Amino acid sequence: MSASVDHFSPDKNKLNKIAEDILKPVGFSKSFMLWMGFLTMVFLICGYAYGIQLEKGLIVTGMRDFVSWGMYIANFVFFVAVSLVGMLISAVLGLIGYKWIKPIARIAEIVAVGFAMVAGLVIVVDMGRPDRVHHVFLYGRVQSPILWDVTVITTYMTISILLYFLPLIPDLAIAKGRMNNAPKWLVNLYEILSLKWNHSSKQFKILMKSMRILLILVVPTAFGIHTVTSWLFAATSRSGWDSTIFGPYFLTGAFVAGTAAVVILMFFYRNSFKLEKYLTDDHFDKMGKLLVLTALVYLYFNINEYLVPALKMKRVDALHLHALFAGHHAFLFWATQLGGLIIPMILMMFKPFRKPGVLTFLAVCVLIGAWFKRYIIVIPTMEHPNLPIQGVPEAFMVYSPTVIEVAVTLMTFVMSLMIITILSKVFPIIPIWEMAEEASHEGDAEASKTESLPAE
Amino acid sequence: MAVDTKKCVGCSDCVVACQTENNVPIGYCRDWVVEVTNGTYPQLELEHRSERCNHCDNSPCVRCCPTGASHYEAGGIVTVTHNECIGCGACITSCPYDARYTHPEGYVDKCTFCLHRVEKGQQPACVSVCPTKCMYFGDLDDPNSDVSKVVKRRKYKTLIPEAGTKPQLFFLI
Repeated sequence: MSASVDHFSPDKNKLNKIAEDILKPVGFSKSFMLWMGFLTMVFLICGYAYGIQLEKGLIVTGMRDFVSWGMYIANFVFFVAVSLVGMLISAVLGLIGYKWIKPIARIAEIVAVGFAMVAGLVIVVDMGRPDRVHHVFLYGRVQSPILWDVTVITTYMTISILLYFLPLIPDLAIAKGRMNNAPKWLVNLYEILSLKWNHSSKQFKILMKSMRILLILVVPTAFGIHTVTSWLFAATSRSGWDSTIFGPYFLTGAFVAGTAAVVILMFFYRNSFKLEKYLTDDHFDKMGKLLVLTALVYLYFNINEYLVPALKMKRVDALHLHALFAGHHAFLFWATQLGGLIIPMILMMFKPFRKPGVLTFLAVCVLIGAWFKRYIIVIPTMEHPNLPIQGVPEAFMVYSPTVIEVAVTLMTFVMSLMIITILSKVFPIIPIWEMAEEASHEGDAEASKTESLPAE
Repeated sequence: MAVDTKKCVGCSDCVVACQTENNVPIGYCRDWVVEVTNGTYPQLELEHRSERCNHCDNSPCVRCCPTGASHYEAGGIVTVTHNECIGCGACITSCPYDARYTHPEGYVDKCTFCLHRVEKGQQPACVSVCPTKCMYFGDLDDPNSDVSKVVKRRKYKTLIPEAGTKPQLFFLI
């Protein structure tokens, strides 16, 4: 994605080899059909649970008078968080000029698109009257953080889709002539979406310029999307949310979660798409270092977020913090902090733990920890209001999600997995033209190194 | 509205009256009674408070509503237009007093100071049934209303004034 490229003249042999490798997994294989069938089945079962919720209302969830934001909102924050990685990898690292992110950038954009598209739906799931969602646009008030959230998520989603699609155009043009055993509709789809691309330098100039504009635009948008999400909480005066660092706190947490998600997907693609040559051990090593860096920053914000109130121990804060440190949320709190952040981070500082397999395992721990971390941010605060709760049923004071809530949350995950699966099987997962460009333009030593890698 | 904590006996008649008058679903309430004890026997102090929406002058719930369903009625009463509410819950989390709840039908509901009664010149249901007459309701802009007079004469406190919401529910102490 470097802006210096203004014409496309790769080494033909290298291009052929790279295109063949990358296009091999494209198309609907048997395992793809099985996996999609499984996802569809889970989707239908969970969709039935959502149907029950639509019919009977939010009373089927564990949310009651006091805890009125539960698992759905925690899940929403998680989805927004994971989607941010597209910006971190393709824009921040890309604009700085790191070359190693090139094969990963598209994976990161797929994660961004898959999770950002579903994030909007996750919040609809939490609404008491989803049939009135159009009211947000009809009667929208700019003073409300909810409206900022809706605006910025749609913008981010659009930019992410463009950032995914634009570098795909030259690839589609390369691929359409090479898809020998692909179904006819797929070739036709490539033909339409490649937008008459013929690798002319004029087209490259336009592509590079628009990519650069989008990469710059996506940075403030992505910062906006998660900062505004944190403001949904920070704009209230509840203990645990009433904090000035919530924006950067959420943002850094998002980078941790997103990087972990990309590592997991990289491992999956590398093994099942046979892309060891493009997603090398070195890439995993670098992603591991990136994960350590983001985790360190996040840890710093965590210390700020919990240590300062813990020193002051204001009346309501004390109840809330006690529930976290030693009360009935203590297990989850320490498990997410230690098992989902600190221990994986310390392990990843050592090289053997940045090998693909081990790193992926640690990334899974981090990602699960990240989800529960959102749960820990949302629910305990709702359980400790400013004024004492008296004379209400037990179910109103302590929140526990119902089966329906778990099923609907699962449905949102299935939806984003479906988007990710389809995108990665219909289109090439690694930018062919950029890899070919790289291989041709790099010094002879580098090029011969790529050549000498053992072929399968 | 002003509530006399010295007169209130915590009978919860106001809660029942409200639930009946406004058809509040079972398990929910728009007003509630809190007992706060300070000290230990024999140096013991007990305060009863009949709490409800504070109808704040600077309401965080009205500010954060995405559709304008939460709004100020004439006279400063904060109400929710049920058929405009999308049930996002932003107002519930922003309220420092937990005065709001999600109605089983999906919209957000809260105390209206019985606006339908007030418009007819009647007192809110909770005020009209109070056996100790501990609640005073009226227009604070009118110097001759019950509430204006009692607030001028007696010492009072508001709840969580540090939230900056300018609550309009005064607890006489």
